[in-house]
Amino acid sequence: MLTVKEVLTQAKEVFKDTLDNDKIELTPETTADDIEEWDSLSHIQLIVALEKHFKIKFTTAEITSYKNVGQMAESISRKLS
Amino acid sequence: MQDPVIPYNILVKNFKKDSSGFKTLKIAVMADFASQHYAKALQSALILHRLSGYIWEADYNSIEATIINQDSELYQQHFDYIIIIPSVHKLNKRFSHSAQKSKFADDTINQISDLISLLLSRSSARIILTNFQELNDGIFGNYSNKTDQSFLYHIRRINVELMTLAIKQPNLFIADAQNLFSNFGMTQAFDAKLFIHGDIIYSLDFLAALAQNTSGIIASIQGDIKKCIVLDLDNTLWGGVIGDDGIENIQIGDLGIGKAFSMLQNWLYDLKNRGIILAVCSKNTESVAKEVFEKHPGMTLRLNDISVFVANWETKVDNILFIQSVLNIGFDSMVFLDDNPFEREIVKKHIPGIEVPDLPEDPSEYVWYLRSLNLFETASFSGEDLMRTKQYQEEATRLEFQKLFTNERDFLASLDMKAVIKPVDNFNCPRIAQLTQRSNQFNLRTIRYTDEDIKRIMHDPDYKSLTVTLEDKYGDYGLISAVILRLLSSSELFIDTWIMSCRVLKRGVELCLLNEMVTLGLESGYKFLVGEYIPTPKNGMVKNHYEQLGFRPDSDGRYYLELTNFNYKDTVIHKSGKYVNS
Repeated sequence: MLTVKEVLTQAKEVFKDTLDNDKIELTPETTADDIEEWDSLSHIQLIVALEKHFKIKFTTAEITSYKNVGQMAESISRKLS
Repeated sequence: MQDPVIPYNILVKNFKKDSSGFKTLKIAVMADFASQHYAKALQSALILHRLSGYIWEADYNSIEATIINQDSELYQQHFDYIIIIPSVHKLNKRFSHSAQKSKFADDTINQISDLISLLLSRSSARIILTNFQELNDGIFGNYSNKTDQSFLYHIRRINVELMTLAIKQPNLFIADAQNLFSNFGMTQAFDAKLFIHGDIIYSLDFLAALAQNTSGIIASIQGDIKKCIVLDLDNTLWGGVIGDDGIENIQIGDLGIGKAFSMLQNWLYDLKNRGIILAVCSKNTESVAKEVFEKHPGMTLRLNDISVFVANWETKVDNILFIQSVLNIGFDSMVFLDDNPFEREIVKKHIPGIEVPDLPEDPSEYVWYLRSLNLFETASFSGEDLMRTKQYQEEATRLEFQKLFTNERDFLASLDMKAVIKPVDNFNCPRIAQLTQRSNQFNLRTIRYTDEDIKRIMHDPDYKSLTVTLEDKYGDYGLISAVILRLLSSSELFIDTWIMSCRVLKRGVELCLLNEMVTLGLESGYKFLVGEYIPTPKNGMVKNHYEQLGFRPDSDGRYYLELTNFNYKDTVIHKSGKYVNS
């Protein structure tokens, strides 16, 4: 059981590692537009890395439906509860 | 057991590494799914082999169209490699729609075969084609194996036919995606979500494994291959310590943990028969260690399977240096097996380039782990490979014998060397190709050729070639040297390739060959032999080769030898075959 805030903290490390950028900050409002390295190619990488880290699975519908990092973190938190 | 395949996210961290000093290869990738992740993984995997990939991706899902269109980018650039990855999903789709299911494999293989022939006629690139994962589509269950109406029946037939095709086409190599699939399993190899979302089909980790697999094929064609395994004995080749436990108490054979060591020995025996040299490096009394090979009934490996046997109380590092000096191969082509992590670390630290697998603690896992590393990728296999162990044993005998002579020439004369010198022909063609792939040190320009290339050269009137097969009173060295000459002009013959196996260094073979080249040149009315040295990290030994032979360096970086007035070199090699001018 992780809170949305805890998910965000851990997700930040996954983002940093996957996108190879130590300066990344995540807020619930962050979107792909805010992070230079976050493109369609690395999006797939992020999805897979997050699934591995949290030991969860996203559905096909979910990976295109999140409007921002906050929605994604909420979804992860729900899956873990 | 540790997993030797690097996952995608870790592999691609190499993507940004500096590869400016590495050899650049131009590679085309064609797939019928979104291949960008594969391309990125491939580039990263090549960097681990010290290669730099310039990768061009064909338009999405256009394999056939790209090959058929003679104006396509595929033929505009001169690619070194073309990688083709047809997916099993698209194959499945075609199968579903096929009207005559029983003919599906035949039709598919004919189509692939035609495309490959067309591609090979238009490009000199090496082609790497993946085979198909044996996907059970759940339509027939096990009855798939009992009817030619099932998809599985046809995938398996296609995979076998692809092997037959690769045997026929020397420039076609198969990347065994089915084999990777069986390691991964269905749920790990495919990613249903990525297929729907981005037509990626495979999981990122599977694509990473495929990239590592294909880069291994490329590296082996580029000459990055393992040639020798150096073996520790106690607790590596058998259970227990021979010096303490005695020959009756070491573990080897069908009982208990002895079975694990027998498995390892059988595996090593098969590798030896494929041409991998086995050497022993052990802290033991030599006679005690050798007795096991001579007398223990459970041993698969015998003394005549071992090319160099070193058992003493020196350090392993010193002994490996000695083994390397006898075999004359690069450290990066050697693998060191030792159960002791401490010894492994010392060897890793002091001998850069040598491959030292971290053997699992439990000997029962040795073979499984070593198999999974896929260390012995090769781009060729010829009759010479079967003779190699014997040849190195003969070399060790020669080294002993040489100690009796103070004069180098007397020693060479006593060997009673006989050479057969002749052009490339259909029989020695695979060996010449292999020699261009394996030789790193005595290799003036390091151009790698496949069988196909050599065949083309053989029939091209602009080329001439000479090969040397050598034997002496200790045995047969086999075909150990070759030159490929290209006509530059009516007066100049360019030495495109000059290679020699390091087993025959300092025997005078190069002098003998130079004499032949001069004769060949003069008979055909040429005035100059033109040589070139292209430096690599490994061919420093031939840096001054042409100058030492009396070639004159010119401002264009090449070396020139005037054929008239050439003083034939003195050698002690007897020629037992006159070359036939091709």
